[in-house]
Amino acid sequence: MQLTLWTYEGPPHVGAMRVATALTDVHYVLHAPQGDTYADLLFTMIERRGRRPPVTYTTFQARDLGGDTAELFKSAVREAHIRFQPGAMLVGASCTAELIQDDPGGLAQALNLPIPVVPLELPSYQRKENWGAAETFYHLVRTLLGPASRQADAGERSPVAGRAARCNLLGPTALGFRHRDDITEVTRLLQQLGVEVSVVAPMGAGTANLMRLPEADFNVVLYAETGATAAQWLQRQFKQPVVRTTPIGVRGTRAFMAEVASVVQSLGGQVKPVDETALRAPWYSKSVDSTYLTGKRVFVFGDATHAIAAARVAAHEMGFQVVGLGSYSREQARDVRDAAAELGLQALITDDYLEVEETVSALQPELVLGTQMERHIAKRLGIPCAVISAPVHVQDFPARYAPQMGFEGANVLFDTWVHPLMMGLEEHLLHMFKDDFEFHQEAAPSHLGSVMRNQPAPAQQSLSALERAGDASSAPAAPAAATTASATISWTADGEQELKKIPFFVRSKAKRNTERYALDHGIALITVETLYDAKAHFSR
Amino acid sequence: MNPVIPIQTSPVSTTGPGASTCITPMPAARSVLRERGQREVFCGLTGIIWLHRKIQDAFFLVVGSRTCAHLVQSAAGVMIFAEPRFATAIIDDRDLAGLADANDELDRVVTRLLERRPDIKTLFLVGSCPSEVIKLDLSRAAQRLSRQFAPGVRILNYSGSGIETTFTQGEDACLASLVPCLPTASEYADAGSSLVVVGALPDVVEDQFSRLFAAMGLPKVQFMPPRRSTELPSIGPHTRYLMAQPFLAHTAHALEDRGAQRIAAPFPFGVEGTSAWLMAGAQALGVDRAIVDQATASARQRAQSALAKVKPALEGRSVFFFPDSQLEVPLARFLHRELGMELTEVGTPYLHRQHMDQELALLPHGVQLSEGQDVERQLDRCRAARPDIVVCGLGLANPLEMEGMTTKWAIELVFSPVHGYDQAADLAQLFARPLDRRHRLAA
Repeated sequence: MQLTLWTYEGPPHVGAMRVATALTDVHYVLHAPQGDTYADLLFTMIERRGRRPPVTYTTFQARDLGGDTAELFKSAVREAHIRFQPGAMLVGASCTAELIQDDPGGLAQALNLPIPVVPLELPSYQRKENWGAAETFYHLVRTLLGPASRQADAGERSPVAGRAARCNLLGPTALGFRHRDDITEVTRLLQQLGVEVSVVAPMGAGTANLMRLPEADFNVVLYAETGATAAQWLQRQFKQPVVRTTPIGVRGTRAFMAEVASVVQSLGGQVKPVDETALRAPWYSKSVDSTYLTGKRVFVFGDATHAIAAARVAAHEMGFQVVGLGSYSREQARDVRDAAAELGLQALITDDYLEVEETVSALQPELVLGTQMERHIAKRLGIPCAVISAPVHVQDFPARYAPQMGFEGANVLFDTWVHPLMMGLEEHLLHMFKDDFEFHQEAAPSHLGSVMRNQPAPAQQSLSALERAGDASSAPAAPAAATTASATISWTADGEQELKKIPFFVRSKAKRNTERYALDHGIALITVETLYDAKAHFSR
Repeated sequence: MNPVIPIQTSPVSTTGPGASTCITPMPAARSVLRERGQREVFCGLTGIIWLHRKIQDAFFLVVGSRTCAHLVQSAAGVMIFAEPRFATAIIDDRDLAGLADANDELDRVVTRLLERRPDIKTLFLVGSCPSEVIKLDLSRAAQRLSRQFAPGVRILNYSGSGIETTFTQGEDACLASLVPCLPTASEYADAGSSLVVVGALPDVVEDQFSRLFAAMGLPKVQFMPPRRSTELPSIGPHTRYLMAQPFLAHTAHALEDRGAQRIAAPFPFGVEGTSAWLMAGAQALGVDRAIVDQATASARQRAQSALAKVKPALEGRSVFFFPDSQLEVPLARFLHRELGMELTEVGTPYLHRQHMDQELALLPHGVQLSEGQDVERQLDRCRAARPDIVVCGLGLANPLEMEGMTTKWAIELVFSPVHGYDQAADLAQLFARPLDRRHRLAA
């Protein structure tokens, strides 16, 4: 039993829903109790989909448990087939139905439907969402292409010489972090390289498209979490090489292009040069305005694909200092550990939100690149944060084009990561001048002269509202360490005076470091000397 | 105790174990379409979202699966609270395989939790579908843990599982679990304190009702649930209770077991409902009608004129309710009688004949009531009816908008302050705004 406040991933059947929803003509019948239909809102509300996910739930209740839940499941499958006429059907159980052991796969097979039916065994008490998505996609592909894979000519294709090489893009699903735009960006990039994209799956594919997967010369796995298992099977059965490099960041994108080129060459083809004129991120990062980004201490957490890529971009393209790297993707833990080792770090592999919070709190980074969970941790600790990975939030589906992959993705990363730092500075400024004679709560905006003397300035008003909200949410869980530190340690008047001379944007950090130093050295009263001793101690 | 809520009180005749439909005649010659099939509704765990805001020193620990944790998190929508007062003890393989004693595991989790949160005075162990199916006895766990953590923390249990509760029935189960803890009222307590208002109300609404009752000479009306779990209302054979929410069947039963008597009334939505509700409560305590009229006059007038401003946007428009919270019947009554809306279908997850008696009497003849759900068939009926506005859950709203319909999320009717005089126009606005928006975007 694990105490969980927030979870990074849903249960595995939600992963199966992400695949079914991404596909165009596959229906999923889920044996599940009343209430499990909540998962529909992830797609209709968070992703703003205009169609319900193609899922029928049996929604059994207590009174059904005494009766025949198996019959309930069979009639749900039968009716869903009649109503939705899908090209293939997925059948499975959610966590509760798994316990009542009705065997959805066997029941559905017994109905002899005229379409492929894929039974899904997704152990809810061991596995999670991304694994569920990967398994679902793999089993669907395997069921549809099983007969073709057993033919003698499986995996035989005409030589690439004299024609464009073809590839499939595997892994994008519904509810994915920017999958929609990544597909567009990577397709564009491959087109420039002279490579045709044959099928994108699961996103936007129908069963007919899936049947055409073996026609491609190779596969590109965009997201290992959801696409790697199917790609591996296709490689084995249809001799399709796999490109696994994640095209995130400038270096990542170039390494991806190099891998594609080498695969195409190995098949006897050639790639074309790519136009890089729209790539601005490297220059923006080099321009003197970005000097202040140098060595910023960054903590990175997310799914494996995005966390690994973000850590590399942070270290090599933004000039940050990565102080922590972690992921909740246990299935890809080895890759994350390797990437962390490259940066001289030990990876944090956990799905325990509290453990991540403790780590962030201990590391005191200047920027957090994480999921919506880390955004909340960072907000509470007053650290700027940019979101780089699922789990997703309605904000992660912007109306505009905002890929993470390819060269435009690199531009997007620069903007979205630098933005919170700028905002952080702005907030510090507002905070610093909060009590200034011209900017205090009761002061009227200067451009309004004396007219509004009695009303608070709007900017200040909203800021203080934000602060109140922040206080309210942080109050119950204020880190105990900080209170004990200030309870047992005090500042002399001159020490405090000196602290005030330190520029405001590093003042709180200086205060924290000095108090930590004092605590570690058994100093109860902080003087000017202690302040500078601490500064020397912490300077690198 | 482990309240099990009957989803339907009378047997349903079915044509088979799958989806089925039958028409049941109602006393007032009103027919109710009763359906079984896929239900697009939340389970009772969702109630934690508002209950933990209401009872400010309570913690809700769901004993369930990752699905439960994911549901509560998703229903909370935005993850707004850095450290919320709810969590899930996720059952894993080791618990199921018997490798770990689930009870020992639960004790460990609860101990860790209460160590982290010394501010918690009441801990609810909330049962889920998996915990019910594996028959994990949370009432015994609650008793055991109560002994360990008494007197600082009271530990109770209820089931919010989807197999036993539909959405708001989670609140019912929670409140019912509190009833045995209520102190016994003194026989000689003064009259005012013998009135208890039952059902979670936003604090602002509770304060408004308190002021109105005080103006009628009833300054000590008690509310359940209270804001602090240590301030429970006292109850006894002289207690009369007034239901502020229509979905509290089990709580009502538990209160009656302790001798309290229900005051029959419509629910306090809109001016009419609020007036009738306040009047019933006051009269049950012997307050003169004229005094009630006088005490409520200014609020009533204010609400009426505020409603009059919203009415033109809604009058003559038709509305279709998908089942969600059991608020549907009183809300339909309000929309029809005070705003002149036409009712197409009024769906509700469960129709409590007795508690809904006065509401049903106020509905127009010929309105189609439906109980339970077969969502696909109901969607077919909704498309055929082409109502001006559809009240439905979050899973259906955007898809129906995409089909060209105007929708109102039902969940907002549960989360927002909508009871009483001063919220009557806000409640009307919740329906007017989507229509207004459609109009503006079309222009």
